[in-house]
Amino acid sequence: MQSYLPIAEVSVSILLLLGLGTTVGILSGMFGVGGGFILTPLLFMIGIPPGVAVGTQGNLIVASSFSGMLAHLRRKTVDFRMGLVLLAGGLVGSALGVRLFHLLTALGQVDLVIKLAYVLLLGIIGALMMVEALLALKRRNSKGGTRTKRKHHSWVHGWPIKVRFRTSKLYISAIPPFGIGVMVGILSAIMGVGGGFLMLPAMIYILGMPTKVVVGTSLFQITFMSAFTTVLHAIENQTVDMVLAFVLLIGGVIGAQIGTRIGEKIRADTLRILLAAMVLSISIKLAFELVLMPTELFSLAY
Amino acid sequence: MIRILLALFLLASPAHASEHASEKVIAGLSQNRVAITANFDGTGILIFGAVKREAPPPTTEPLDVIIAVSGPERPVVVRKKARVLGIWVNKESRTVSSAPSFYAIASTGPLPKILSKSEDLRYKITIPRMVAEKAAADGLSNIDEFASAVIRIRQHNGLYTEKGGKVNLADQTLFDTQIALPSALVEGDYKARVFLLRDGRVIDDFSKTIAVRKVGLERWIYNLAHERPLIYGLLSLTIAILAGWLASTIFRLLKLS
Repeated sequence: MQSYLPIAEVSVSILLLLGLGTTVGILSGMFGVGGGFILTPLLFMIGIPPGVAVGTQGNLIVASSFSGMLAHLRRKTVDFRMGLVLLAGGLVGSALGVRLFHLLTALGQVDLVIKLAYVLLLGIIGALMMVEALLALKRRNSKGGTRTKRKHHSWVHGWPIKVRFRTSKLYISAIPPFGIGVMVGILSAIMGVGGGFLMLPAMIYILGMPTKVVVGTSLFQITFMSAFTTVLHAIENQTVDMVLAFVLLIGGVIGAQIGTRIGEKIRADTLRILLAAMVLSISIKLAFELVLMPTELFSLAY
Repeated sequence: MIRILLALFLLASPAHASEHASEKVIAGLSQNRVAITANFDGTGILIFGAVKREAPPPTTEPLDVIIAVSGPERPVVVRKKARVLGIWVNKESRTVSSAPSFYAIASTGPLPKILSKSEDLRYKITIPRMVAEKAAADGLSNIDEFASAVIRIRQHNGLYTEKGGKVNLADQTLFDTQIALPSALVEGDYKARVFLLRDGRVIDDFSKTIAVRKVGLERWIYNLAHERPLIYGLLSLTIAILAGWLASTIFRLLKLS
């Protein structure tokens, strides 16, 4: 059954979209990731214009992180002050990113920048995850390994404008979280991702936040930042497709339920290796597309 | 004798000259409005007609019919990739000031055989003529390469088609053809043109507009997104949040029971 998407101005099979949504939902349920970084390249592949794919993603991310955020609010695992600093950075970054996206579209380099960003980020993150997961596996097999103690004061903590973050039990400069927020905001606007995969490690390793509040706080930031990004894309570029978002969302919710159940049955280490392998393979595939000579050298834009 | 011959000649010649002009084309379309609805999946348009003539058809030269449907014309930016530091990057770009978003030609025979070059120039019938003409007007160097890329890519995507022999012509009088409009249609006024030819020359033509419009929900969403983008953005957020929340609540209740 075909459906004509009013903003993307293409006709796509509803079943294909539902299938995509479900697949990405399963992955996000299994691994606990947002899935934006998988869905965006997939949407390019089925012929959704890049602008619309990225603009519509924000809408989906809001929907999927909103219910997660509610659950964390109930459990009181959100550091509001930290969340607000990250969000302030995120809003600035998102506004910059939407502008940058507009500019890059006009220059005809938006596809290249999005792909390069994906190759670099997914490559680095996938490699790091793979190394850590393999090390963890080795440690468990050799039993009673050494657990590295996390540094409590890293170099960024001494910067000015110190703020007390009670829930995180931190007294650090507000500049690093703000900066992280800006980075994530730019990425979310030009790559159509929530940025959780970047923010979570940054919160743990750079800011030294306790793991307990990391997920809730990042979901809080992502929900509001993505909502802002979506509205900006709608105003500036008119690239948010309601119908596309709705169909993908339905598939995503169903998939997430299945994924969570599969995730419960597989061991955490295996799961991490699988996720790392998947992230790496997407990165390699995109890298090949950039390096190999394309069959059609020309492309059209309006 | 000479006078009689001359009179006969004078009688005959205007008749001979107007022989072509006396053949007129009358055509109709199965639909002159195409509604893009939520489940729009392309459509076919039947274009049919007849040749109206006062005198019996001359038997010497064959009669041909060309039917062309063109979509709204828009400027196209064409980019060419080149290798920079090992990766393929969009480097050169040219703007073809106007090219039809869709173009389909059907005819009774192969176009080069039934249509002369000069007539193609005058009426802009074939695909290269339709795009190249616009490109040449832009006066840019090596524009041909870029203009032919527009044609190649759009042919590949099924937006430009050329089908010789697809027009049925019966008894040099009745003709019909089916033009398929793909699902990825751009909104606007499409133009259907019918050309009647003898010996490579156009002797009559006919054109009619097909209005392609989004309707219903599609129309409403599109208008809202472009006229009230803020409200549209907030609305799509609300719908997405509600749908996501509702679905996860339903699943939680299902799990509990």
